[in-house]
Amino acid sequence: MFAETPLVRKKHRREILAKSIFGLMSAAMIIPLLLIIGYLVYQGAPLLSWDFLTTNPVGGMRRGGVWSALLGTIWLVGVSLLIAAPIGVLAAVYLNEYAKENWFNRLINLAVINLAGVPSIVHALFGLGAFVLFAGMGRSVLAASLTLAIMTLPVIIASTREALASVPRFFREACWNVGATRWQTIRRIVLPNSISGILTGVILQVSRTAGETAPIMFTGAVFFRNIPAGDLFAYSLKEQCMALSMHLYTVTTQVTGAPKPLPYAIAVVLLGTVLFVNATAIVVRVYLRSRKKW
Amino acid sequence: MATEVQTELASGKPAQIPDRPERGAAPSGKPKRASRGLTAIIGEKLIEFIIRVCGISAIIFVFGIFFFVFREAAPLFFEKHKAPAPDAAAVERHADDHSPAHKQFSLKEFLFSKEWYPTSQSNVRYGVRALIVGTLSVTALAMLIAVPFGLGAAVFVSEFCGGKLKETLKIIIELLAAIPSVVWGFIGLTVMNQIIQNVFNAPIGLNMLNGAILLALMSVPIMVSIGEDSLKAVPDSYREAGLALGATKWQLVYRVLLPAAKNGLLAAVLLGVGRAVGETMAVLMATGHAVTIPFFKTDGSFNPWFMFEPVRTLTATIAAELGEASEGSQHYRVLFLIGVLLFSITFVVNLTADMVIRGIKKR
Repeated sequence: MFAETPLVRKKHRREILAKSIFGLMSAAMIIPLLLIIGYLVYQGAPLLSWDFLTTNPVGGMRRGGVWSALLGTIWLVGVSLLIAAPIGVLAAVYLNEYAKENWFNRLINLAVINLAGVPSIVHALFGLGAFVLFAGMGRSVLAASLTLAIMTLPVIIASTREALASVPRFFREACWNVGATRWQTIRRIVLPNSISGILTGVILQVSRTAGETAPIMFTGAVFFRNIPAGDLFAYSLKEQCMALSMHLYTVTTQVTGAPKPLPYAIAVVLLGTVLFVNATAIVVRVYLRSRKKW
Repeated sequence: MATEVQTELASGKPAQIPDRPERGAAPSGKPKRASRGLTAIIGEKLIEFIIRVCGISAIIFVFGIFFFVFREAAPLFFEKHKAPAPDAAAVERHADDHSPAHKQFSLKEFLFSKEWYPTSQSNVRYGVRALIVGTLSVTALAMLIAVPFGLGAAVFVSEFCGGKLKETLKIIIELLAAIPSVVWGFIGLTVMNQIIQNVFNAPIGLNMLNGAILLALMSVPIMVSIGEDSLKAVPDSYREAGLALGATKWQLVYRVLLPAAKNGLLAAVLLGVGRAVGETMAVLMATGHAVTIPFFKTDGSFNPWFMFEPVRTLTATIAAELGEASEGSQHYRVLFLIGVLLFSITFVVNLTADMVIRGIKKR
């Protein structure tokens, strides 16, 4: 045994101090947030029920539920997913399987990074300028979904790319050696083996899309629209729709005299949707990773 | 021939997938090859073409964003607005219609004037200095809070905890990153508002501090995940060498890991800044939305309690006013010009972050 010198004791004291400070810093970021989320749920609880989800807002959005907003969010998410998923996955395939290490590839990388960094309100301006006005779509579900799709493209590209890169190279070599073409290799070997990463990216894109407000404010979301409750196809691509995020903003800032729990309940529904989708992504990732064979 | 291909495959650069050998380069001896249908070959060419188009789509979109936003703003510079008519009848007519008085747009006024009166009847002024100051001050205050906490949490997650706790923390942080910005804004409007009023005895809780706390909480997750990545990228041999010399974890972090990972941590901070500058809904709802430069009192002296002043940011201005500006008006175009400005700011920030990260990879 070594005897503890004062220097060693000092060293260990500092170690414990450092560890607890860093631990406290992490805790200081996380715990208040969990408390705040708990507070939101507590405040919104009186209104939260199945009926709240399935009835329309009535009485100047002061009473009733969130059905029309929820349906609008589902439409926006669905349409933008249909646009973004194929483009994003194929873009990642290009970047990982075809592109060579040159200046052009660097430029594409840079573009992806910048696309992820452009402020959401600038995406809104782009959507307004390009889709609503230039392409003549007007303010519609289609224009809003296109804007959201372009905005969330980097999410899919990044996570698909990571998944493709994690497929070992000898899988591809083996496939080429039996005479498969590049595309056959991608379709039969690379894509099936990276499905977990692709799925994660797609699900994360859904969660991001569901929460965005700024990009849809001027491209397709409205404060209020009356639609029949329970009809899943009450919206169409060419019409405007409501959205949960927009609904929360409206009820909080524009509607006066709403009962106090109402905005909290809407916030909880929005937050719950987004966190649920994210948790699904995590579960899918963990499950499929545990089944990986290499 | 075949061995050549194989050695090339075996020794090729690991980061890059080598070109598949062309059909003509197949092993000699002319084996009978099962021929594929013409449709299959054309189909494959077609799908490869589509893949290439998707590959460059990101570039198209970035240029598209700049082009279409600038396209709406551009007439400001090229259209000549008539000077206000001198005769009384015209002035009266002008007062009747409720469009603001037009005057020639000046880029100098736009960038350096602090007077933002886009709907004034008599004298329209589009100066975004106060808005730029608002954006920068909220961002700076947010970073002051977020950088120590974010990097501290990154160090904790990466170095000081292991196993279950680490996985749990990473999942929680990932979930925090997913909270929509409008929910953050709502939290600012309700919870933070009251907390700031009660704790600091401030007259209003919707101010710079509120926005900065929200932005800090929003940008911490991205900092933690990128900071943790860059700490993880430090080779384990560094850690082992340090531990072999008898260093504690803290000494290791302070003397070895932080210097080794400093570029990655810098990139993490820059991406946090990028996110904070571009954030819209949270600052729109939480910062109080007054066009003032918070550092000075009305008499021009320094205001030490500037963090309790309401401010307004570039992003929030667009979000709040675009709905009211009529299409094609000067006000509307100026809002698009602010968009161009924002695009440029975040472009530079992201570019810098990318160059910093690339610097690490090269090394």
